[in-house]
Amino acid sequence: MERKTKVNAEDNTQELQIVREFDLPLELLFKAYAEPEIVEQWMGTKVLKLENKNHGGYQFETTDPKGNKHRFNGVIHEFVSNEKITRTFEMENTPFDVQLEFLTFEKLTEDTSKLTMHVLYKSTEVRNQILALPFAQGINMAHNRIQDIVSKLK
Amino acid sequence: MNLRRDVFQAIADPTRRAILILVASQSMTAGAIASNFDTARPTVSKHLQILTECELLEQEQNGREISYHINAKKMKEVADFIEPFRTMWDDRFNKLENIMKIYQDKK
Repeated sequence: MERKTKVNAEDNTQELQIVREFDLPLELLFKAYAEPEIVEQWMGTKVLKLENKNHGGYQFETTDPKGNKHRFNGVIHEFVSNEKITRTFEMENTPFDVQLEFLTFEKLTEDTSKLTMHVLYKSTEVRNQILALPFAQGINMAHNRIQDIVSKLK
Repeated sequence: MNLRRDVFQAIADPTRRAILILVASQSMTAGAIASNFDTARPTVSKHLQILTECELLEQEQNGREISYHINAKKMKEVADFIEPFRTMWDDRFNKLENIMKIYQDKK
C-alpha cells in the first residue's frame, strides 16, 4: 500500500508536514473540505460554522465517549477552490497555542490528487506536545476502562 | 523495520494498552493480569504473547509462575514516536476517501 499518509516532523523545528495522496479527483478531495455535511462525516465532528472565503471563520465541535464537548475554531485567511486553504486552528479551553495551517490541493491525474498540510506551531515544545496527544489520549482511555472494570470487581 | 511495525500494531489494541498500564508500576503474573479483564483467559494470554514478542513486556520466571514487567526502554521509543499522530490522520483520510468514493458513485 503506497498510498499512505506521511508525516514529516524534523527535530528541533516548530513545523510539520502531513502529505497524503488520494484515489479521488481533485474536485472531490476539495469538496470534502468545503461542504459542511461531508466534513462532519470524515472528521467525526459537528460543524457549527464554516465560511469558505477570505477572512472567513470556522468552528467545529466533537463529543468524546464520555459526552464531553470539545470545540475547535479558526480563521480562514485565504480560500481558493481546488487549490488552497490557509487557516488558523485552535483547540478551545486547552493550553495549546493557535497554529497556522497551509493546505495545498494538487491534481496528480484525472482520478488522483494530493493534499499537503504544512502546519506551523508557536514553538517546538508545543508541536511535540500536540504530536504526543493521540498516544496520551489512547492511554487515558484505556486507563479509564481499567478503573471501570476494577471498580466493578469491588 | 518489521519489529517497529509490530510494536505499533501491539499498542493499537485497547486491551493491550490497558495491560501495559497495569504492569507499568509492578510486575504481575498472567493470572493477576487476566483477573482485571472480562475477556477470556486465553485471549489475555494471546495479548501477553504479542506484547512479549515485540519486547514491550519482559518475562520473569519465579518458580512455577511467570510474571511480566514492562520494558521501559522500548516503551519510551514508542511514546517518543509520531506514529499515533500519523495513524490518526491516516484513519481520517481513509474515511474521507471512502466517503467521497460513495459520493462519486451516487452521481
